[in-house]
Amino acid sequence: MPFLAIAALGLLSWGIVWGLAFVPEDYKQGNSFRIIYIHVPVAAVAMAGYMVMAFAGAINLIWRMKLAEMVMKCAAPIGAAITFLALFTGAIWGKPTWGTWWVWDARITSVLVLFFLYLGVIALYEAFDNKQAAAKACAVLAIVGAVNIPIIYYSVEWWYSLHQPASISFTGQSSIESSMLKPLLATISGFYCLYGWLLLAHTRAEILDRERKTRWVRDMVMNEQSGGGRTAEDKA
Amino acid sequence: MYFDSLQALIAMDGHGPYVWGAYGMCFVVMAALVAAPIRRQAALKKQIRQQARRES
Repeated sequence: MPFLAIAALGLLSWGIVWGLAFVPEDYKQGNSFRIIYIHVPVAAVAMAGYMVMAFAGAINLIWRMKLAEMVMKCAAPIGAAITFLALFTGAIWGKPTWGTWWVWDARITSVLVLFFLYLGVIALYEAFDNKQAAAKACAVLAIVGAVNIPIIYYSVEWWYSLHQPASISFTGQSSIESSMLKPLLATISGFYCLYGWLLLAHTRAEILDRERKTRWVRDMVMNEQSGGGRTAEDKA
Repeated sequence: MYFDSLQALIAMDGHGPYVWGAYGMCFVVMAALVAAPIRRQAALKKQIRQQARRES
């Protein structure tokens, strides 16, 4: 856990400082392109986070694993907040670049659907009194909603779109200049680390909440107070 | 640094409000996401401790 936090902090601060202040401006978009260093990682994590939620839901459906249910529940609000950021930074980037905050374009609309899917999972979970039934229904919604992920991914190729296609390529040559690419790769990996930390931290708090009446949680918390210190915390 | 001065970095040739607005919102949302589990865990531990003290 501390490893993830340190990695996220290091990668993000280097990537963001470099992207904001040191990388030359884009010859067409000027300085507005600097939003790329948060927009792209946030959008990537929004999609990856959905897959995490759907997989956790599937594991919970198949093996009835309590931990998977908690991971799924915690992934929903984190994913919703991050998807909101992808839409928000995209709108801000769109204004100086395309001349509009919003268009009903394939990429943007499918990400909006992703946002509503996350909200749907949160709302559905809260709608049930029986938490087991809630988790089951949410898992089904999350799994069915996963068809949206390839739609988002390929939307810029399948439809005529205002949104530009991907400029990073794993197999061929990336179409983005390497001095611009390096901080971008740093912020992408930084946001993945941050997401990992967030998911673990939210899940840990959720475990503590559900098990707060159990003996091991009480012993752990009391030990910590009487000078057990960090070792007890790390076990949580 | 790519920019000549701090003012130029802040203004970004007129794109400053967009760029800084996007980064600012990102920072606020991320800070909230980081703070939420830390605060929740601290509150829970406090509650557990009180409960334990009441029962002992």
